[in-house]
Amino acid sequence: MREACGIFGVMDRGGRRFGCEMVVNALKNMYVRGNGLGAGYAVYGLYKDYREYYCLHVLMENSDVKSVVDDFVNRNFDVVHDEEIPVNDEVKVVNPPIFWRYFVSPRYDLKDDYVVEKVMEINTKIDGAYVISSGKNMGVFKGTGFPWDIAEYFMIDEYKGYIWLGHSRFPTNTPGWWGGAHPFCILDWSVVHNGEISSYGTNKRYLEMFGYHCTLMTDTEVMAYIFDLLMRRHGLPIETVAKILAPPMWDQIDRMDEKMKRFYTVLRMTYAPLLVNGPWTVIVAHHGEMFGLTDRIRLRPLTAGEKGDLLFLSSEESAIRSVCNPDRVWTPHGGEPVVGRLKGRALKRVVK
Amino acid sequence: MKSHLLPEFFVERIEDRCDRCGVCVKQCPWGVFSWNGTEIMIDYTKCVGCQRCVIYCPNKALIVKPYEGSYRPNAYWTKEIISDIKKQAEQGGVILTGTGSDKPYRIYFDHILLNASQVTNPSIDPLREPMELRTFIGRKPDRLEIEDLDIRTEISPNLVIETPIMFAGMSYGAISYNAFLSLAMAAKEFGTKFCTGEGGLPRDMREEYGEVAIVQCASGRFGVDPEYLNCACAIEIKIGQGAKPGIGGHLPGEKVSAKISETRMIPEGTDALSPAPHHDIYSIEDLAMLIYALKEATNYEKPVFVKIAAVHNVASIASGIVRAGADAIVIDGFRGGTGASPKVMRDHVGIPIEMAIAVVDQRLREEGIRQKCSIIASGGIRCSADVVKAIALGADAVYIGTAALIAMGCTMCQKCYTGKCAWGICTQDEKLAKRLNPKVASKRLVNLLRGWSLEIKDMLGGMGINAIESLRGNREHLRGVGLESWELEILGIKGVGEGF
Amino acid sequence: MLFDPHIDGVRKLEELFDRARFQGKRVEIDAKDLKHKELNDLMRECILRGAREIVLKNVCGQRYIASRLFFNKPVKVNISIYGTPGNDLGAFLSGHRIVVYGNAQDGVGNTMDDGEIVVHGRAGDVVAMCMRGGRIFVRDYVGYRCAIHMKGYVNKIPILVIGQTSQDFLCEYMAGGKVIVLGIGVERHRCNYVGTGMHGGEIYIGGKIESHQFGREVGIVEIEEDDWKFLEGIVREYCFYFGMEGKEDDILGKNFVKLIPVTKRPYGKVYAY
Repeated sequence: MREACGIFGVMDRGGRRFGCEMVVNALKNMYVRGNGLGAGYAVYGLYKDYREYYCLHVLMENSDVKSVVDDFVNRNFDVVHDEEIPVNDEVKVVNPPIFWRYFVSPRYDLKDDYVVEKVMEINTKIDGAYVISSGKNMGVFKGTGFPWDIAEYFMIDEYKGYIWLGHSRFPTNTPGWWGGAHPFCILDWSVVHNGEISSYGTNKRYLEMFGYHCTLMTDTEVMAYIFDLLMRRHGLPIETVAKILAPPMWDQIDRMDEKMKRFYTVLRMTYAPLLVNGPWTVIVAHHGEMFGLTDRIRLRPLTAGEKGDLLFLSSEESAIRSVCNPDRVWTPHGGEPVVGRLKGRALKRVVK
Repeated sequence: MKSHLLPEFFVERIEDRCDRCGVCVKQCPWGVFSWNGTEIMIDYTKCVGCQRCVIYCPNKALIVKPYEGSYRPNAYWTKEIISDIKKQAEQGGVILTGTGSDKPYRIYFDHILLNASQVTNPSIDPLREPMELRTFIGRKPDRLEIEDLDIRTEISPNLVIETPIMFAGMSYGAISYNAFLSLAMAAKEFGTKFCTGEGGLPRDMREEYGEVAIVQCASGRFGVDPEYLNCACAIEIKIGQGAKPGIGGHLPGEKVSAKISETRMIPEGTDALSPAPHHDIYSIEDLAMLIYALKEATNYEKPVFVKIAAVHNVASIASGIVRAGADAIVIDGFRGGTGASPKVMRDHVGIPIEMAIAVVDQRLREEGIRQKCSIIASGGIRCSADVVKAIALGADAVYIGTAALIAMGCTMCQKCYTGKCAWGICTQDEKLAKRLNPKVASKRLVNLLRGWSLEIKDMLGGMGINAIESLRGNREHLRGVGLESWELEILGIKGVGEGF
Repeated sequence: MLFDPHIDGVRKLEELFDRARFQGKRVEIDAKDLKHKELNDLMRECILRGAREIVLKNVCGQRYIASRLFFNKPVKVNISIYGTPGNDLGAFLSGHRIVVYGNAQDGVGNTMDDGEIVVHGRAGDVVAMCMRGGRIFVRDYVGYRCAIHMKGYVNKIPILVIGQTSQDFLCEYMAGGKVIVLGIGVERHRCNYVGTGMHGGEIYIGGKIESHQFGREVGIVEIEEDDWKFLEGIVREYCFYFGMEGKEDDILGKNFVKLIPVTKRPYGKVYAY
């Protein structure tokens, strides 16, 4: 049964952009999976005009910190445009912080790594400021409230994208912190997660060696960094990464042929600190790809569905059915990713 | 393989008192005494120290005491450690044990002192003045809407108990039918409740004792049928217990008799294994789902409790449980007892109940949700002073398990898992179970409740309090002695010598 | 303030009652946008007013359907569900019959005591968990951890029939009852850890499956005459429910294995006394 937070992702594999109705309505259908203490969205393909620039969405707890962030961003990036993220003040939400977005271009060559480094600097060194997304042509909108309130607050019905991730939270603790809502994001990698990571301490300390620092007081953050490390920096495909996070049991490996046995043995040996233990389901997106994955013994639910080019990933089948009549729905096996990719030309259109 | 284990107890017979009557042979289920035709032989290596023979020897001719012989004294490699290693070297496997942890971890109850009024505030004489212990267990509304004496606010179901002490979950299966019945009888007579544990409630008891039964729904779902849920006064979801946080119940096959097999719907002689988790609960939100499944199944008429072991993150977990819709949360400290637990879990996992109550109560208050949920403290409550201290730290009521068993006859020999309890409590052997007369045992339990309740009134009176609700969370009446500042801080109490 | 999505904002029965359309003892309820408590309130009230056949339309994710239908005197109700019922369908079910025209989600028949659930589609995880009696038929496949800790005693034997296949941990800790996996259209079963910790009950699986996919506590035995008779009855019923009459021989034509526990004390040796 395995409920837990409600998560939902929808992607048009043909790259067509669409509005937020499906993701919001799906989360509405799963209203018992959240209690109003956190919700959020990630949208891909929304900043067409600035698509070659990194867009930093920054959460600032007070106006004093704004000048510190301004100063930091201007010192480290070329800022092409910046503005307050528009919000609807009439929506009742509790203690909203300030959200600002900066469209920037890095000053040095190692672009992605440079951005990661600077994001970490803001998160760890500037008190009260957190970068909640930092990719190109995408952004995260999140906070404390119900999914429909957060949607209205950020007026996301004005945005369009070809991938939407959504999350409705039912936290065990630390209610009321805007930064603690999902999705979690680094560069254009964003993650919505349902679960509790019992290997968090191990994962976190391993990632620290590679310059990732967890500052958002919730375990999901490590997921975003793991995907950035393994997929972007180490260049591994999701099919392999899935086997690092959710490896086959040793008794299954022992039954494989020699080549596979060696592959999985070495994979587990090398990346042992990145086995993500405990119950979890994630839906992850970056440009051109969305995938869903569960832990290896599937302690949290994930249902997939498709209709034409649309791919759906959801905590419950009924949520998919509440927004469309799918051609097919299925439940993937634990540890086996369901992957949606943009078709060749569509990829070029949105990202480059 | 020859056993290298040293005996645990030594049985000494005062020969000129013994008239060879043979009572000891009959009374001992462990095989210590035997007739060889002319003489009663003693094999003290089998003795577990339950003292049954000592009490029932008509001539008072027996003394059972710990075996004095020992290895070279060693503060690190103790006799217990050496014995455990030898036992495992001989048998392999996990060492089983019973009751709560006996290890010398700090007992915070014994480092807390109570207050009494002197001069500035009159103490109250409980023998002559009203003194109220009635307690409500369940969710309370944030506020009331009233119109001309009409309560407009919807009120959640609450249990009413006449003393803040209930009997903790001990299953029919872990304990004998007679012991189980005795708890039910005593609860009914005294105006409190008993928890069934996870072995169901026999059908013949439902009509008479359903109203005082808190029925448990644990991971094995033994005996959970719709009538069971609906005949009870409350439902308790057992997530964990203090004696073995993180693992499921374990009723050894020795105790799964025909009747137990029937109530649990499992084969006779099998180990009744409760899975470590509920397989429909892998998260706090799943817990909400089960809480509401049970509320649905009982038409929202019963409070639903959630019982967890006191563990490191207990405050956050408790907060989640309240948010998931529980009406009461039972926190079981690491001293909590058990009929069978791996020794390593019993002795090394969990935290003390005193700390757990303090942090949970504090956390729920900080979040403004303390009224949503009652807190029941469980696990190692030994006396009325422990009850008072637990309530002052923040509990609404306590569960007693071990103390109730001791009242019925238990001597804490820790052999509950063998099913051979000489006192007829922790056994399914019909002959042994008959030793416990429910009329007598329930009388002992009622006496205990009465004694403790009187003492609680004395202590309340001393503090100038005449209703138990004024003690709840009233940490001003507690002072720590011999504690470090971090311990005082977590308990939320001042040190002795500090005034108000 | 604390918000509880399960009960806060639930509308009163009076506001909803016009959704129930009575025709004698039959009642049809439009479940569109009803919260689960609203739907169950309505169903209970309908039965108290004499309904014995309930048809639910536009169901989409409502939980615990039929869980609140325990009454002091025994009442049996037929419930038809159109749409996708939410988790815990028929949890603690006390003798009613439910037919789902569509897929079901997780927790179908959780701790169900008696009655019947027929799913014209697939079902999710933990179907028939701790089931104590009655029968569940799922036309297609089921997810993880189904029939976990299923029970049984003498004449009270719960039965779970799965048309296609299951995912991992089927029948973990099984203590009683019968689980039948027909393997229709399945080339090879992928489920692992079938029957881990099993100490009672019986499992029948049709189609290809390797012995390493079974838990250590499982023994494979020959299918005897009585087993075939039992399977024939089950398959006949399965085909009848799902409009597949005439396919019985096809379904039974493949290889079946029967699994029973090797010992009723699988973990007796794990302990030192």
